[in-house]
Amino acid sequence: METKDTKRVEKPFDFKANVIKALGNRQLRSNLKFAMGSMTAKRKALFSDTAAFEALRARGNAIRRRALLQLPELLEQLERKCTENGITVHWAETTDAANEIVLGILRDHGATRVVKGKSMVSEEMHLNRFLGDHGIESLETDLGEFIIQLDGETPSHIIVPAIHKNKQEIARTFHEKLPDTPYTEVVEELNAIARKTLRKKFYEGEVGLSGVNMAVAETGTLCLVENEGNGRMCTTVPPVHIAVMGIEKVVEKLSDVPPLLRLLTGSATGQLVTTYVNMITSPRKPGEKDGPREVHLILLDNGRSTILPDEKLRQTLQCIRCGTCLNHCPVYTRIGGHAYGFVYPGPIGKILTPQMEGLDRTSAIPTASTLCNACEEVCPVQIPIPDLIRRLRNESYDPDGSVCGHGVKRNLAETAVWKAWALVNRHRALNAVGTRMAGIFGPMLPRIGPLAEWTRSRNRPEFARKSLHDMAREEGISDE
Amino acid sequence: MNDTARERILGRLRKAVGQERTLPAVPPPPETPPLSRDDKIERLNTLMTAMRSEVHLVPRDAWVEKLKAILQEKGLTQMIYAPGTPIGDAVAAAWSEGEGGLPALRPYEQAVESFKEELFAIDAGITGTAGAVAETGALILWPDETEPRLISLVPAVHIAVLDADRIYDTLDEAVEKGGWAEGMPTNALLVSGPSKTADIELVLAFGVHGPKALVVLVLT
Ligand code: SF4
Repeated sequence: METKDTKRVEKPFDFKANVIKALGNRQLRSNLKFAMGSMTAKRKALFSDTAAFEALRARGNAIRRRALLQLPELLEQLERKCTENGITVHWAETTDAANEIVLGILRDHGATRVVKGKSMVSEEMHLNRFLGDHGIESLETDLGEFIIQLDGETPSHIIVPAIHKNKQEIARTFHEKLPDTPYTEVVEELNAIARKTLRKKFYEGEVGLSGVNMAVAETGTLCLVENEGNGRMCTTVPPVHIAVMGIEKVVEKLSDVPPLLRLLTGSATGQLVTTYVNMITSPRKPGEKDGPREVHLILLDNGRSTILPDEKLRQTLQCIRCGTCLNHCPVYTRIGGHAYGFVYPGPIGKILTPQMEGLDRTSAIPTASTLCNACEEVCPVQIPIPDLIRRLRNESYDPDGSVCGHGVKRNLAETAVWKAWALVNRHRALNAVGTRMAGIFGPMLPRIGPLAEWTRSRNRPEFARKSLHDMAREEGISDE
Repeated sequence: MNDTARERILGRLRKAVGQERTLPAVPPPPETPPLSRDDKIERLNTLMTAMRSEVHLVPRDAWVEKLKAILQEKGLTQMIYAPGTPIGDAVAAAWSEGEGGLPALRPYEQAVESFKEELFAIDAGITGTAGAVAETGALILWPDETEPRLISLVPAVHIAVLDADRIYDTLDEAVEKGGWAEGMPTNALLVSGPSKTADIELVLAFGVHGPKALVVLVLT
């Protein structure tokens, strides 16, 4: 089995070019349209009782806000509890540091093969590529992740990572990349091929790596949800388990878990509960016959602590990564996840990516929104995503902003235009002259430059020759 | 070095949240009228069956017979069980070598390191449960020294025995009444059906990495 993870060439991020390319891909658009329609329908059916859903959302929101307000204390408590239970806790400020910690653990055990459960944090770390560079096989075992790893791709969706592919494409990949695999488009057979291939890998796996959906400070428990059983395999069969988690994923109490679980699985896949909810509190205890002998928890910051101070932007960290905002987004459902160019696509990506990577590199991303509010309406923890998008758009023009890379879009011509606009609208005489000029010169607006961009897909604004005031006056209506 | 990373992260977080904090109150779970025992069984049965679990309601004193009938029908070769658990011991006591069409019994009594190859060749496993959740249709598994974790994961068929008196209305209730916060086991699990995936074109398919079939015997 060959994977191409290590040989990816980084191209500079050009959002517009990505979007144009994605929009031209008919196959991608039809795959997405079908899948997103089906996922939104399932979710809607599950949360059909609006009042109950709103009550549950309010609980989820309060739980997440409380957790974030106590984040330093909860992380210390989590660390203390985990340590008491025998789990080794590591802290990493950056993804590089987290990767080094993983590598260190692998080296301690002389391990060369890692089986991985699905984890968006490990995507943030580009862990597979890093381990590949160090001669370690890091194998994705979630079916969707397995498929895209074979193709050397990254997830296009945070819940269903291979959703951009149809079964013909997957059949070809399996046939070409897995030895002795006949071409088949039958989904059951494709699943069976993956089962057979990966069973062997679980059996041989030296270290299992997973993400964490939520960690409970009260008991030091790591909760993982999944349907396939690969997560349980990775966290139970190999002698060592490494869990990677973003520092925001901690909650106070075990009693916070049931409502968050309902919100997470309902929003993500329209399920009342996943096939498995895996709650891990310690390594194998004396007398127990299986389970890893060592469990490591890596707490990754990677910019999260810089999002926390701002009361408004802080809400970004409430996210439980359910992915439903992607499914409901009119932009995501047309361009898919890869166009966004970074790990987190869709509405959550629009608010999270610029804050993690800096607006100087990513200021185009928050512009990819119609501000239709669908994401806010469905978000299980009530993150006001459109509001935060507006805030980040402002930040990209604001020389005094607080988000890294703020003010990057400020340009003198535009600033001058808006200054003039403000001036004209404050003075009656100027306003009158301005309106008349617009009426006369409006039709001559150039068809090139920034305006051409605006009018490419929209009607050009038509200026009236006379203002409403003038017309009213001519009709003899007093404007007092 | 790691210690300083910890201090730096915690330092930033402390500064970010400050001293004065007003914590929002978490609204309590909705008041729902408790379900009757029959309703709980019924709801669990319906939901788990919808997830392709094979649920059988059996009288308390007849479950081993039912188990034998199911196994004979499925034609399995080996079944792993946990000696020292009530379920495991009951099965062992009722098995006689060579009884027509029954799988051979295999006890899980050594550490997995010396047993892995055999374990991965076994096609059925039987465990008890620590109850179930009616609201969402899921079993609660609570493995320990006597009942290893892999019995419910590696074999293609997982058989779980549930006492109908231990079905909770909701997970909130299970966590609270079960006193989970006072002591979580190494690995607690909720299991709602056989392993499944919808990663290819959202087509639901069963038996990916975990068991292909989940048989639930509910002792009424
Ligand atoms: S922002 Fe809300 S809807 Fe989007 S992934 Fe996060 S929790 Fe889900």
